[in-house]
Amino acid sequence: MPISLKNETAIAGIGLTEFSKHSGVSELSLAAQCVKAACDDAGISPAEIDGFVTYTLDSTDEIEVARAVGAADLSFFSRINYGGGAAVGTIAQAAMAVATGQATTVVCYRAMNGRSGKRMGQGVSGEITSSDLIHWSWYMPYGMLIPGSWIAMIANKYMHKYGVTREDLGRVAISQRNHALRNSRAYGYGKPLTMETYLQSKLIAEPLCLYDFCQETDGGCAILVTSAERARDLKQKPAVIRAVTQASTRGQEQMTSYYRDELVSLPEMEMAARRVYAMANLGPDDIDAACLYDAFSSEIIMQLESFGFCEPGEGKHLVREGALDIDGRLPNNTHGGLISEGYIHGMNNIAEGVRLIRGTSTGQPPKAVNHVLVSSGVGVPTGAMILGQAQ
Amino acid sequence: MTTLVTTRIKPPMGLDNAWWWQMADEGKLGIQRCLGCHTLRHPPRPMCGDCHSLEWDTVEASGRGVICSYTVLRHPQFPGYEYPLIIVLVDLEEGTRVTSQLVGCTPEQVDFDLPVQMLIQQDPDGFKLPVFQLAGVA
Repeated sequence: MPISLKNETAIAGIGLTEFSKHSGVSELSLAAQCVKAACDDAGISPAEIDGFVTYTLDSTDEIEVARAVGAADLSFFSRINYGGGAAVGTIAQAAMAVATGQATTVVCYRAMNGRSGKRMGQGVSGEITSSDLIHWSWYMPYGMLIPGSWIAMIANKYMHKYGVTREDLGRVAISQRNHALRNSRAYGYGKPLTMETYLQSKLIAEPLCLYDFCQETDGGCAILVTSAERARDLKQKPAVIRAVTQASTRGQEQMTSYYRDELVSLPEMEMAARRVYAMANLGPDDIDAACLYDAFSSEIIMQLESFGFCEPGEGKHLVREGALDIDGRLPNNTHGGLISEGYIHGMNNIAEGVRLIRGTSTGQPPKAVNHVLVSSGVGVPTGAMILGQAQ
Repeated sequence: MTTLVTTRIKPPMGLDNAWWWQMADEGKLGIQRCLGCHTLRHPPRPMCGDCHSLEWDTVEASGRGVICSYTVLRHPQFPGYEYPLIIVLVDLEEGTRVTSQLVGCTPEQVDFDLPVQMLIQQDPDGFKLPVFQLAGVA
């Protein structure tokens, strides 16, 4: 009998460093700070950590973090590949480890000097190894070097097929900026964005302009996973993991799944949707708010369709109706998201999902939030998670 | 002393892809063909995902296709590339799709479903790669 992860585990602590464009400290320092902060948030000692999960792209080894924060015996350590596609995947690994007894207290972290150090916007250089190197060989010689260039190809086709306009992308960016205006941690705090400014900003990779891109950010974010039972007795209101999965599907490439028959949907995200809804025995109507991965604004509209909040091609209508706003059908990225809070590779969107369940977001919607949907990176092997209230 | 990179990034070549660039160097656009089930596939892979054959050969594409999607890259501008840089996905008449560059036109002239024709572009350093131009352009 397979073990279901439904309601077995919970997020009991979240920890973040300050977000900035120049941290002035090492990525190990950021990792240690956010891991310690997650322990403080949960009300436990770092000595109780017995598992770590991070991204393959993270520069900080698990044992370096362990020594820095004073963790002792580790029985579980693991890494997830594919950039921001790892985000929810780290939680899936942690939840499996806790549910199967491999560990009791697993901290997932991502710490990066994403602006002052290695920047995503600097592009790939060929300094990659193995089969991944051959994959990039089809794109580097032609000058497709940055994430925006890879995503723009899909965004353009999708927008052409369904009549999605630059104004629609602008509505997504502005909605998230409006959320960020209330969040003092956010890049967009105190910086309103108008449609006029959006439309006048420079095009980077058509149809995407400057404000469609996330914010390269220095910072760290850690998420502490333990059993749902234990989480009940800890300091914070638990965010119970109703369902979590990873997802990669036929024809999958990293950022460039261009060779599938049609390019106007996100098959891996649809797979993630099927799996989390089935595991949680929930559907789109049960989801009260979301933290959909938003390295680029176009990804939000496509995911509204992947997760069944509307039919294919109708995501633009939801956006035009204000569904993503604080009083809308699906308040989304109420901290500002990767676009307007900061790009900590999706980990900060998970932290916001936890806040929404706790009721402590600076963008807390004026309604009951029983279930929050969180997704991992778009265009890569990905995943999704549904967080819920303790029962 | 720092060496300034002024040419495009060269494709890393391995056992699974070098032949394609060698064909390009000979002026041809190659497509991998499974010898087990004769399915054409791109990008190349060592095994056929349908019949699992490891045997394959290559066919030379006609170079004719239509634009499936495109993007115009404007920023950041990397050494070795000319901007605005028009990148296209081309549906080849043989049935496979290839990622390439569109040359000889302005961004305003690009659109979905336009017919295109492959040509081989040679860089000043002698490197050759398949690119496309709008069909009917001399």
